[in-house]
Amino acid sequence: MNLSPQTKQKIAFTLLGLAAVIVIVPVALILAILIKRGLPAISWQFLTEMPRMGMRAGGIFPAIMGTLCLVFGAIGVALPLGVLTAIYLVEYARKSWWTRMIEIAIVNLAGVPSVVYGLFGLGLFVIFFQFGSSILAGSLTLAIMELPVIITSSKEALMSVPRSFREASLALGVSRWQTIRHVVLPNALPGILTGSILGISRTAGETAPILFTVAAFYLPRLPKSVFDQCMALPYHLYVLSTQVPNVKQALQYGTALVLVGMIFLLNLVAIIIRSRMRSKKQW
Amino acid sequence: MVELSPPKIVVENLNIRYDDVRALKDLNFNVKEKEILGVIGPANSGKTSFLRALNRLNDLDLACKMSGSILLNGKDINREMDAEEVRKKVTMVFALPIPLPMSIFDNVAYGPRRHGVKDRKKLEEIVEKSLQAAFLWDEVKDRLSSSGMKLSGGQQQRLCIARTLAVEPEVILYDEPCSGLDPISTAKVEDAMRELKNRYTQILVTNNVKQAARVGDRVAFFLMGELVEIDGTNRLFTAPRDKRTNDYLTGRFG
Repeated sequence: MNLSPQTKQKIAFTLLGLAAVIVIVPVALILAILIKRGLPAISWQFLTEMPRMGMRAGGIFPAIMGTLCLVFGAIGVALPLGVLTAIYLVEYARKSWWTRMIEIAIVNLAGVPSVVYGLFGLGLFVIFFQFGSSILAGSLTLAIMELPVIITSSKEALMSVPRSFREASLALGVSRWQTIRHVVLPNALPGILTGSILGISRTAGETAPILFTVAAFYLPRLPKSVFDQCMALPYHLYVLSTQVPNVKQALQYGTALVLVGMIFLLNLVAIIIRSRMRSKKQW
Repeated sequence: MVELSPPKIVVENLNIRYDDVRALKDLNFNVKEKEILGVIGPANSGKTSFLRALNRLNDLDLACKMSGSILLNGKDINREMDAEEVRKKVTMVFALPIPLPMSIFDNVAYGPRRHGVKDRKKLEEIVEKSLQAAFLWDEVKDRLSSSGMKLSGGQQQRLCIARTLAVEPEVILYDEPCSGLDPISTAKVEDAMRELKNRYTQILVTNNVKQAARVGDRVAFFLMGELVEIDGTNRLFTAPRDKRTNDYLTGRFG
């Protein structure tokens, strides 16, 4: 075939554009279907009331609260741990056999299937530490799952702070820790937060890790302490869809919409932080 | 060229290597109290390695191995002082101006704050004094709270000098401080150096031979990691003892 360069270019651009469109289609479809079928179910009562009649009526309030508890519990554990690890790896650790092992471990941690995390959490937190099936066990399991994402994005944020800033500070006789605390961290923080929130919002929708560690099948009350079980949106959705007969479809779609909406809100926060950071960034 | 005071810095058998590359070979010389020592030489002659050895920034580079000793006021900086102490006394102004991403005031106050000065009045005093000494005060006194990154290149470099002065060092190192500046900004930076002469020992690494001639009391010529010659500026530029110095100055290589 003897096509002119211009024709080849047109073909190439068409293919690239097509690929991009195909990526958008499933997202748009999911959202459209969820909104169309789920929106009618959503009301103030749906969001704030306990489920009734074996979940066939009433609201999903405990599931929303449960998911929030789990998300914030996981953030509380994973964010400090992940950021501190990233600081150690980027700022202090020398390139050695040992740091390579840590980095390989982190990469592999990211590749472990979520159901394996669930079983791990069951074995370690629920049984070995005797936390029982509880918010504590579930949050810790989710936290471990988030760690690789948080560490990786924090490392990138730290490394994006120019080396010259560090040297300028060190050259004034300022210690390494002070340099990290006053120059590196303030400039890396927005990036750390954005990456971490994006990672966390993904785990908010996970079902497998909470299945064995915290999620209650039907618990129409709020948890009393971190050692209590709770309902959670992803698991509730699974239960509604497969375990309970004669549930109105609108309830299932409504639950899915709330879950997606929560994750979307979290992502929105991350996007806002990022855009504000970009407009303030001076280098 | 009368030697009255003891030397500020004594360099003894200094060798530096990066993995397999020898960057500095058997350096032996003194830097006098309150002189401006110009260091010239072609690329890869070890000038920057030398500067970074003086305030132990080389410590950050794991590939860098050093032997020999550097004495500051008679104390070995690698064995008798810790790195922060050395860097507080021997500060560095880099090739490219590196204002930290904060206000002009905070840039200058950065060092003193980290070293424990908390009092606002005291900080204001230090900032004004330092900016004046770096010939920047008049240009920025009305906008101390605006970002240091919004200044022009020449102003940024003088801001970096002011930031350096604020920690009250004894020695200031300049690593090609004017390489990114226009001639007028360069002249202002050089003015600042001359003005600082009666209070600080200064070492200026430069690719610009004429700049070394303009501000240096003495000049050292480095070539391939060796100190070829060190002498009074006039002497070195008018009657260099080594043929290689002469060749470099007359532009026959490098």
